[in-house]
Amino acid sequence: MTLKPRTTPELAAVTMAEIEPKYTPQEAKVEADRCLYCFDAPCIMACPTGIDIPGFIKKISTNNLTGSARVILESNILGASCARVCPTSVLCEGACVLLDRDEKPIKIGRLQRYATDHVFENNINVFKNKPRPNGRKVALIGGGPASLGCAAELAQLGYQTVIFEKKPEAGGLNTYGIAYYKLTPEVSLDEVQLVKSLGVEIRTGVEVGVDVGMDKILAEFDAVFLGVGLGHTYQLDIPGEDKGGVVEALEFIEWIHTKPLHQVPVGARVAVIGCGNTAIDAVTQAKRLGAKEAIIIYRRGEDDMPAYEYEYEIAKKDGCGFMFHTAPVEVLGDGHVTGLRLVRTKNNAQGKAEVVPGTEFDEPFDMVIKALGQQKQKAMLNKLVPDLALDKSGCIDVNPQTGQTNIEKVFAGGDARNGGREVVNAVAEGKKAARGIHAWLNGQAVDGPVQASRLGCKDGVTGSGYDHPRRVPELEAEYFAKLNEVSHG
Amino acid sequence: MADLSINLAGIKSPNPFWVASAPPSNTAYQSHRAFEAGWGGVVWKTIGDPIVNVSSRYSSHDLAGQRMVGFNNIELISDRTPETNFREIREVKDRWPHHAVIASLMTDTRENWHDMMKRSADAGADGVELNFGCPHGMCERGMGSAVGQNPDVIEAIVGWVMEAAEIPVIVKLTPNITDITQPARAAKRAGADAISMINTINSITQVNLDTMCPEPYVAGKSTHGGYCGPAVKPIALNMVHCCAADPLVQLPISGIGGISTWKDAAEFIALGSTSVQVCTAIMHYGFRIVEDMIDGLNDFLDGKGYASVNELRGKAVRSVDKWETLNLNYKRVAEINYDKCIGCNLCYIACEDGAHQAIDLITPDGYGLGPGRLPGKKIPQIIEDHCVGCNLCSIVCPVDNCITMVDRDTGKPFMSWKDYQEKLAKGEMERIPAHP
Repeated sequence: MTLKPRTTPELAAVTMAEIEPKYTPQEAKVEADRCLYCFDAPCIMACPTGIDIPGFIKKISTNNLTGSARVILESNILGASCARVCPTSVLCEGACVLLDRDEKPIKIGRLQRYATDHVFENNINVFKNKPRPNGRKVALIGGGPASLGCAAELAQLGYQTVIFEKKPEAGGLNTYGIAYYKLTPEVSLDEVQLVKSLGVEIRTGVEVGVDVGMDKILAEFDAVFLGVGLGHTYQLDIPGEDKGGVVEALEFIEWIHTKPLHQVPVGARVAVIGCGNTAIDAVTQAKRLGAKEAIIIYRRGEDDMPAYEYEYEIAKKDGCGFMFHTAPVEVLGDGHVTGLRLVRTKNNAQGKAEVVPGTEFDEPFDMVIKALGQQKQKAMLNKLVPDLALDKSGCIDVNPQTGQTNIEKVFAGGDARNGGREVVNAVAEGKKAARGIHAWLNGQAVDGPVQASRLGCKDGVTGSGYDHPRRVPELEAEYFAKLNEVSHG
Repeated sequence: MADLSINLAGIKSPNPFWVASAPPSNTAYQSHRAFEAGWGGVVWKTIGDPIVNVSSRYSSHDLAGQRMVGFNNIELISDRTPETNFREIREVKDRWPHHAVIASLMTDTRENWHDMMKRSADAGADGVELNFGCPHGMCERGMGSAVGQNPDVIEAIVGWVMEAAEIPVIVKLTPNITDITQPARAAKRAGADAISMINTINSITQVNLDTMCPEPYVAGKSTHGGYCGPAVKPIALNMVHCCAADPLVQLPISGIGGISTWKDAAEFIALGSTSVQVCTAIMHYGFRIVEDMIDGLNDFLDGKGYASVNELRGKAVRSVDKWETLNLNYKRVAEINYDKCIGCNLCYIACEDGAHQAIDLITPDGYGLGPGRLPGKKIPQIIEDHCVGCNLCSIVCPVDNCITMVDRDTGKPFMSWKDYQEKLAKGEMERIPAHP
């Protein structure tokens, strides 16, 4: 057995089609009309980029689609991809007041997509005001969401900005690493074009530290933003890991984004190790691309998985298998993987998974996808910026308000700083760093515009998610857990 | 089961629900379908000299996804001959002897009115309705609302009609007038048996911003159309009440204007209507809507212990009076039920910007997780000292029974503005201080 394409263009067009297609104009109008247009709305408080959500929805309702997209993109330059990949049920939609009235929150993500699609499909430029160049230059290392968010904001403040990206295309994981049925690379590349249209220069195929020295960049630019993301997936650290057919989840997903779908190699029986959101993206796409069986292997239980509930639902609907409380101990095979030696595990008193001795068994697989999470790039960062302060986990240490690192002219944001969160967090951190850079270089802070749906807010309103993002469902769970403690304690 | 049958100035009908004179009552075919569905009466599409219509004819005012909140038309009266219409009325009457068929008429000279009255009676119609209300097209030819807007002309024409009247005469009034009681009184003076209102209101529903031409579009132009549908109900209720309460009118009323449900109908009846007429709701959903109108009205009457719909008639007329009779010492205030509040803050911003700044946003101590489910999220609180009881917050609140208006005993006796003026004149009290 070996990895080979297992689908046809026609079949892939169906199995890999977007799971949430674009609203029709009427669907969008009906959904937008449901929005109550809250004052100082909780959804804004739950959005890390602080989009004026009732504001953009109202504009859909009045058929001012360009204005709607402008509201979104002014707060979040990657609003089109976030509309598709944000875990809205724990962010904006999880804060919707309608959950308390009729349990059906406004479909904010889908409306956001509807508005942003309008301007991308019709080539409408929502940013009409060209800022006057202020003569300063900022370099951004890495071309993912954090750098794009940072560069877009800087460009609008008049900075000359240059993004250095080692891959052939910018966009980072949005271009290469998200399930195809949620976000196609075209959407991400459209966003890259939008950022470029603001005057941002993107040098692709350039690896900083290899093709161009960091010292040269530090000397040439007034400030540097590190948006380098994370590195390779964690290793299984078991015998046989180097056999053919053992791939990293992001590598597999990158194939999907760089090859025609019917040429993506996949196994007949695929094991995915790990149960985070990337693991789900990998297992579902393996199944959708023709694997007869695609099975998640996870050392802990159903309730412990880091994947979002709705992601789990997608995988179950796709017919993916789940082996909980199971861990691999050896990759079997001669050159190419033929199976995994597995062992049963159980959660110990501390909630950690531990092996149950004597439970080993073998399962045949011809492809093993490792999805154990990405590693921090400690070594790379140390080499790139030798004195850069990292925290204990290996993330870049920054001032959370400004994104500034211990090295004055170096700022950071995104996965390299937060250890791996949502696209929307990366954009928000990039934007914060841009404002941090501006404040540091000019000695003055930048305030965002007052949001239309909050016009007339007095001091002391709860505030935007940009200042202090809150996940309402989690806060709720915390609150009730505390209540329980009190009533039982 | 309450008795729904009515008798409007001698016109008997098994229930108060009539199909209004309009496109749904154009033909015998439609009338049969209406009666089969359960309607009590049909007011025939206005009969007169056959007209020529244009294409297109209707336009809608939609709101937040709801179609036909308001509706207008530029269609004229019947485009069929009086012979055809009267023959079909005969045919319908023969098949439905206990249902009401009313011939709506529009013509010009005394002789023509006499002729139309005779032919209506000969066709077996239970009554006639004089169309003095149509606000488009016909009024340009001196008919329709051109008559209804001039009480002297009403009086003269109704006078001619009554000379030849063998069956009850209803005068249909136009709302495109300052004081509806003036044409109603003119009809009364001339001996009319009943009045019906309202006909449609002059309107333009929308302008197409690409063509710069309103709808309904007729080859690059449009015209003022007659407006109807749910949006006109409050205007119609007001006019029905004005006539019902006027001592110089005192005629049976057939209520018309935005009636879509049994509840709308009950409100028209409570303000003095004997029958109610429906058009737009039929044009939207078909004759079948009458099933729930009958069913709902019946259940309502039973629930309230009314034996007959006639007991409901006029029940609310006396509760509407001049502003000067209202109690200045009555006070109600808003009260928020925090178990229901979802934290949208619409009450806050409505009161802050649109009313009396009587709602604060406060930190929700003691309200658990708080509306909006965000710990620490500010929530609305009524400042009772500032609350004038205007109702606005309870109106904008999207949750049923979340903000309610509750009475507050002011400890002061009843005092109307009239009483107040009298007391001031007699020096019995100081002026009430102006609001700061």
